[in-house]
Amino acid sequence: MATITSKPETLVGKRIRRREDPRLITGTATYLDDLKLPGMHHACVVRSPHAAARIKNINVKPALELPGVVAVFTGADVKEVGPVPCAAGLPGLRVPHHHILAQDRVYLVGHPVAVVVATDRYIAADAADLVEVDYQELPAVADPEKALAPGAPAVHPQWPDNVAFTFHQEGGDTAKAFQDAEVVVKQRITSQRLIPTAMETRGVVADWKAGEKSMTLWSSTQVPHLLRTLLAGMLGMPENRLRVITPEVGGAFGSKLNVYAEEALMAFISMRIGKPVKWVESRRENFLCTIHGRGHVDYFELAAMRDGTILGMKLKLIQDLGAFLQLLTPAIPTLSVLMMPGLYKFKNISADIVGAFTNCTPTDAYRGAGRPEATHGIERMVDILAAELKMDPAQIRLKNFVDNDAFPFVTATGLAYDSGNYALPLNTALAEVDYASLRREQQQARQQGKLMGVGISAYGEICAIGPSPATPAGGWESATVKIEPSGKVTVLTGTSPHGQGEETTFAQITADELGVDIDDVLVIHGDTSIVQYGIGTFGSRNTAIGGTALYYALQELKTKIKKFGAVLLDVDEVTLVGGVCVDEKSGRSVSFNQVAAAAYRALKLPPNTEPGLVATHFWEPPNFTFPFGAHIVVTDVDRETGQVSVRRYVAVDDCGKIINPLIVAGQVHGGVAQGLGQALWEQAVYADNGQLLSGELTDYALPRAHMMPWIESSHTITPSPVNPLGVKGVGEAGTIGCSPAVVNSVVDALSPLGVRHIDMPLTPEKIWKLIQEGRA
Amino acid sequence: MKRKISLTLNGKAVADEVEPRLLLIHYLREVASLTGPHIGCETSTCGACTVLLDGRAVKSCAMFTVQADGRQVLTIEGLAPNGKLDPLQEAFWNEHGLQCGFCTPGMILTARQLLNDNPSPTEEEIRKGLEGNLCRCTGYQHIINAVKAAAAKQGA
Repeated sequence: MATITSKPETLVGKRIRRREDPRLITGTATYLDDLKLPGMHHACVVRSPHAAARIKNINVKPALELPGVVAVFTGADVKEVGPVPCAAGLPGLRVPHHHILAQDRVYLVGHPVAVVVATDRYIAADAADLVEVDYQELPAVADPEKALAPGAPAVHPQWPDNVAFTFHQEGGDTAKAFQDAEVVVKQRITSQRLIPTAMETRGVVADWKAGEKSMTLWSSTQVPHLLRTLLAGMLGMPENRLRVITPEVGGAFGSKLNVYAEEALMAFISMRIGKPVKWVESRRENFLCTIHGRGHVDYFELAAMRDGTILGMKLKLIQDLGAFLQLLTPAIPTLSVLMMPGLYKFKNISADIVGAFTNCTPTDAYRGAGRPEATHGIERMVDILAAELKMDPAQIRLKNFVDNDAFPFVTATGLAYDSGNYALPLNTALAEVDYASLRREQQQARQQGKLMGVGISAYGEICAIGPSPATPAGGWESATVKIEPSGKVTVLTGTSPHGQGEETTFAQITADELGVDIDDVLVIHGDTSIVQYGIGTFGSRNTAIGGTALYYALQELKTKIKKFGAVLLDVDEVTLVGGVCVDEKSGRSVSFNQVAAAAYRALKLPPNTEPGLVATHFWEPPNFTFPFGAHIVVTDVDRETGQVSVRRYVAVDDCGKIINPLIVAGQVHGGVAQGLGQALWEQAVYADNGQLLSGELTDYALPRAHMMPWIESSHTITPSPVNPLGVKGVGEAGTIGCSPAVVNSVVDALSPLGVRHIDMPLTPEKIWKLIQEGRA
Repeated sequence: MKRKISLTLNGKAVADEVEPRLLLIHYLREVASLTGPHIGCETSTCGACTVLLDGRAVKSCAMFTVQADGRQVLTIEGLAPNGKLDPLQEAFWNEHGLQCGFCTPGMILTARQLLNDNPSPTEEEIRKGLEGNLCRCTGYQHIINAVKAAAAKQGA
């Protein structure tokens, strides 16, 4: 028996290339559309071309006559299937019955009306064109403020005011704050509708086995277990006979954190035809039928003293909900309200939300989910206040930040911020850009008639969502660790990563805790028949909650390993170092593999100990985590064209401890790209009649390689006390921090022309017009 | 109705009979079972379906299979035929040039053509060269690093 005392090198904190990548860079990963089952049929959905219409008649006969078509189903066939669920509950919430196929009326362009099933993808598409639907068009409304105006067309006839809910939240004494204020600034600020646009569209394969009375359903989803529970309810089948598998998922950003009509529809079809069936969303369908994000019209008021001290904030938030409530639709704006205080210590807020139905695609969680909207509003308002008071935007922020000794800091919205040093990332970023000399340069540029801007955002966010009482479906996460008899380690996580790299970060954590080689660790996720129940991947929760569940499961196993090690060495106690159980007194040791084998061979069991080395932990977080940071953006605006150029993008983020810096950098870059997309280019544009004009990638301006600036990313590290890993989450930070920094920068550039606010996206046309007005 | 085609696919001669309307991407994925190239838009805007046709990067959703008759097609599966990764594949791995991986096969093949034409591109040339391929995850920065690293390794 060998003697090993040297502590092995730890992997947590190291820049390790991802273990997911070999299959992805060789084209051998299996995404949804790569699945092929024997006898598999193909479905194509017939969708409404109108935003509002009565269905007078559907003639499926011409479609059925096409050779290769096996069935066509319409709303009449699927009445027994339960509605598409909304899990978010708010007092008085009006939830429209959301059938998986339209009944007698359609409510948005893209509303599924019928579904064609054929032996071949091309035939299914041909046949879908042959389904004749006779519509009687009705008036539609596509703008939330217009929907709330008297006399607007009713999206749902039973609710002529188009109000799905109202929600009020109050903290402190806002009336007094506004009475005491020496200055009040007000601004209408929009966060436009965005289309999440994961590069892989959604898709479903359903395979009903009548003999086994069981269904396997593959879906490109972020939440396989929740999907199983809710889908089983819709279909009226026992949950344990439904197996949901997520194959490789090609991006999601919240858009696959849902239960969609097509998931139930494919299950229904497979049961009816007795064959597996596949449906893959076209990009056009993705734009119409997968959830959108944002869609806010916000009226902000900020009360302050002349020295820049912020006293309180009021918000009237109009949320464009779309025609139906998807899984979390009405909950998203409530997250915006929770975020209202930002990083600032003022204790008085008052918020009113109105959720408005429109004849548009439902909105729901898209990267940041309510928090980018809030941060954009707060950080714009702070700049507007600074401009009003002629204060420096950095100084006004530093003045109002929560103090370092105030944590845990209870906000006016009832949150308890876990830890923070809010001035640190801002001061770091200011130093990095050499703020003072930037301002001098700006003065000179202005004298030459050039439009140069410097914009700051100091953001906070709510991550690791979240404690169960704060979520609609449980906010814990699970992990199982199995040490196999050979000593190899299998980790089953209830999270469902799809690009975030947990197959790597979780292997790092596991290898460090057990002292085994990282190549001996396999991380598995996304199969409800293999993995214990879990919640899934969203809200920057994977590592902070799923990683913590893993950490505790590993602690339990370490205890058990040591018990078996002690039996093997015939001593009372051993230490576990570098995967080896060591008797410190004699120096004798047994290897990890020997212990694993002994635990299963079970010739001699430690007292009160069962054979095997398996541990499962369900971890309920006691709080959210609250990452923070500061982004500074330097822009140049072309006077002749209105074109905005980002000269520098400096991001200093604090996401707590970092498991893998390479992966964290990737999350920041990607997040910033989506924030820049919102700030400068992206917008879901609807015509008044509810037609989506930006309905394809050709009409929706996603960031491309030549459009992106170089992102200078660095970190401060303030560990979270909420979990033993000290991590906070980083998936959404870039998006949340980005857009206000960009808009603040461009408004700063245009401020000599009297510009005080610009709504996103900052298109050249919009900027050019402002420059022309400023000249006049 | 069906037309006979023969082409060189990842170095091997293949012959098939296909419908004239069958898109090349569907031929590759459904008939030849090469699912490395992906379908992201079917309007030639995203580049997930990019393959090399006679050494040039093309979007295989925007051409018919019959147009590939008599030509050489290389998909991501053919880039490392003996298991030895192309320097670009290695660099995408080392530099974390991918997250969900859906755009990656097309991105790597476009970058392959870029480096074939210009063995040591500047950052601006890389950005310009990859503008036809969308990535929603990475913000492109690690992709740029990967292409730079592959160029450096090739030149070494």
